[in-house]
Amino acid sequence: MNKTVLITGGTLVDPSQNLSRPGRLLISEGRVIAIDPKEADLPSEYTTIDATGCLVAPGLVDLGVELREPGFEEDETILSGSEAALAGGYTSILATASTYPVIDSHGSVEFVRQKAVQANGAKIHVIGCLSKGQKGEQMAQLGLLSEAGAVAFSDAPRAIHSDALLKRALEYCRMLNRPIFDRPEIPEMASGGVMHEGQISLVLGLRGLPTEAEDLAVARDVRLAEATDGRLHVGPVSTMGAVDMLRRVKSRGVVVTASVCPHNLMQSDRVMRSFESRYKVHPPLRSPNHVATLCQAVKDKTIDAIQSGHMPRSREKMMNDLDETPFGMSSLETSLATAATALVRSGILDWIELIDRMSTRPAEIAGIEAGSLKVGMPADVVIIDPNAGWKVDPSEFRSTCISTPFEGMELIGRVCKTLVNGEVRFDSSVDAA
Amino acid sequence: MASDSKLPDLTGLTDSWNRRHLLDLESLSADEIRTLLDVAQELKNATEGCRRKLSLLSGKTCANLFFENSTRTRNSFSLAAKRLGADTVEFGSSGSSTAKGETFADTAKTIEAMGVDWVVTRHSTPGTPNLLARELTCCVINAGDGPHEHPTQGLLDLLTIRQHRGSIEGLTVALVGDIAHSRTARSNIWGLKKLGAHVIICGPPTLVSPRWQELGFEVAHHLDEILPRCDVLNLLRIQFERQNARPFPSVHEYAALYAMNAKRMRLASKDILIMAPGPINRGVEITPEVADGPHSVILEQVTNGIAVRMSALYLLSLADDRYRSQMSVGV
Repeated sequence: MNKTVLITGGTLVDPSQNLSRPGRLLISEGRVIAIDPKEADLPSEYTTIDATGCLVAPGLVDLGVELREPGFEEDETILSGSEAALAGGYTSILATASTYPVIDSHGSVEFVRQKAVQANGAKIHVIGCLSKGQKGEQMAQLGLLSEAGAVAFSDAPRAIHSDALLKRALEYCRMLNRPIFDRPEIPEMASGGVMHEGQISLVLGLRGLPTEAEDLAVARDVRLAEATDGRLHVGPVSTMGAVDMLRRVKSRGVVVTASVCPHNLMQSDRVMRSFESRYKVHPPLRSPNHVATLCQAVKDKTIDAIQSGHMPRSREKMMNDLDETPFGMSSLETSLATAATALVRSGILDWIELIDRMSTRPAEIAGIEAGSLKVGMPADVVIIDPNAGWKVDPSEFRSTCISTPFEGMELIGRVCKTLVNGEVRFDSSVDAA
Repeated sequence: MASDSKLPDLTGLTDSWNRRHLLDLESLSADEIRTLLDVAQELKNATEGCRRKLSLLSGKTCANLFFENSTRTRNSFSLAAKRLGADTVEFGSSGSSTAKGETFADTAKTIEAMGVDWVVTRHSTPGTPNLLARELTCCVINAGDGPHEHPTQGLLDLLTIRQHRGSIEGLTVALVGDIAHSRTARSNIWGLKKLGAHVIICGPPTLVSPRWQELGFEVAHHLDEILPRCDVLNLLRIQFERQNARPFPSVHEYAALYAMNAKRMRLASKDILIMAPGPINRGVEITPEVADGPHSVILEQVTNGIAVRMSALYLLSLADDRYRSQMSVGV
């Protein structure tokens, strides 16, 4: 932690300083202390990390990860999830209350924070429950949760069902300066659905998740954000309707942010023809026109951020038929490469834009000290080989969950090293051995 | 059981068949469907209308693995297997291991390990036969996977039409009713389309998606308007058990708009065929005078069910024998 580290030979990619050029990064006491230090400024003793051929970027920030502890440790623990995050290049993740009991009290926030310290992996920030017991009725003690360290509030993985509750909470949170995250879906319209409702669900006879179930929720969300002037983040979104709505309100100057998952930028619902449960993910894989629209919306910043959508479920839960299998996938370790393959290789984004959507912008949305390599910032760094191709093999995952819609796919962009507070906590050359 | 009939001559009919599973009709070619129907017709003739026994498949075992209730399909498969000399073994979901928490795939593997040649499966979730075909080494036949497909039902409907009309090509066939939840519809449409029929899908918009038009089918909402053009009417059962929310205001209203009754028969062509996959809700999709009337071929469909299931068991078994002999010589 107190060591001085010089990362040399790589290309510094930092959207917060509009930086994308070869350079050296000097780290000490867990923080960035210089970019391109002069030889005279280097201390007598330091370690060098050779990043030749690689990108050196601020560590990735994930706006919504299910860690499943306490309550569902068979799916993922705080330890396994934070190790998976590191392997995926994430240095900060926001954990949703996909747990039992839910995270709606000072004590439960403290539990997660303690476990995170023990895990010593990626930094874990807590998303507190918006409603008491996640029941969607009364506000949880948002002020006290905030004091305990919760950085945002949400009822994720559930949608915020009550319009009145959302309005009240947006108003109340203005004094806390914490954002509310909504996973937009009208539950009643999506009930029983296993895949995108469209031509393929029609032919396969599988129950559909209609796009309107998301569109209507986004419409409600953005209208309430405008009415209350509250801080609202919607995501993950997956439909053309959501993009259209966000584009319109943003052009009017309404402050609202949105995120998308890499799988919705990469794959369409055609793969459901194999009936494999690893494709039962949420938001569902939609038809190709939605995929193309979402990619463009990431480019033009209608969608601000990319979040992994990590929803771990144990192997036995994912071994059933499509109705019985829960929505789930392991995506922390594939997120960067999936997004890079879908957006950078195809020429839609360059790397600095991708790092912006996966690190700098999410850090701003969450209001956490991350997403930047400016002098004085925590030395949370990811070193990426941008051209390395690799094949997704779930047996290599650190996550407990090995179900992924990308199994066997060839992706580009490999995480070489992940540093948290200046300390190398993931090193692919060591872990592969 | 009467003594063994003379074995039919199927040479030339079966050469091009190489599938070990029958999962759907959507992925079959027109020629493959014709082969299934031709063999079914030969076997029906050779068994004197599916009443006599042949020893084509003796020594083989067919497992019925039904996770959903069934009377006719299950018995039809059992009889088809027995008519060809195979043994049968029955598994139901109630009282079996799935009630104790076993996954359907584990149940199927257990049964396969007992040494069966075909697993005939029915399940409430689409795609389960596809999953079993990947997991098991024996032949898999889909006997209905939720609202997805029920290929032998589609085949028996095709066979029945062909027996009456000689050919499917050029006919106008309407499927009426609960298309949204009907596996019979989802098998019929592909079979009919591949064999050259014009297919009309008719019912209220809550049960008949306009998206079917993108796939080349005519969509209609008013039965009276299409009736005069139809050569065949297939009346699908309203699947109350699969509906989340009632897609029409009342059974009474549905019957008023879509039930095939004596009055509507007067709008139909003189030689229209009336079919129903059964079980029928008398008074909902069809009134008794039509169900039991001269245009109804509902009971012939049941007999033809045994014929097409014999055909499916036989053809899959041939392909399986070929596959296994190739594997054993290490090709």
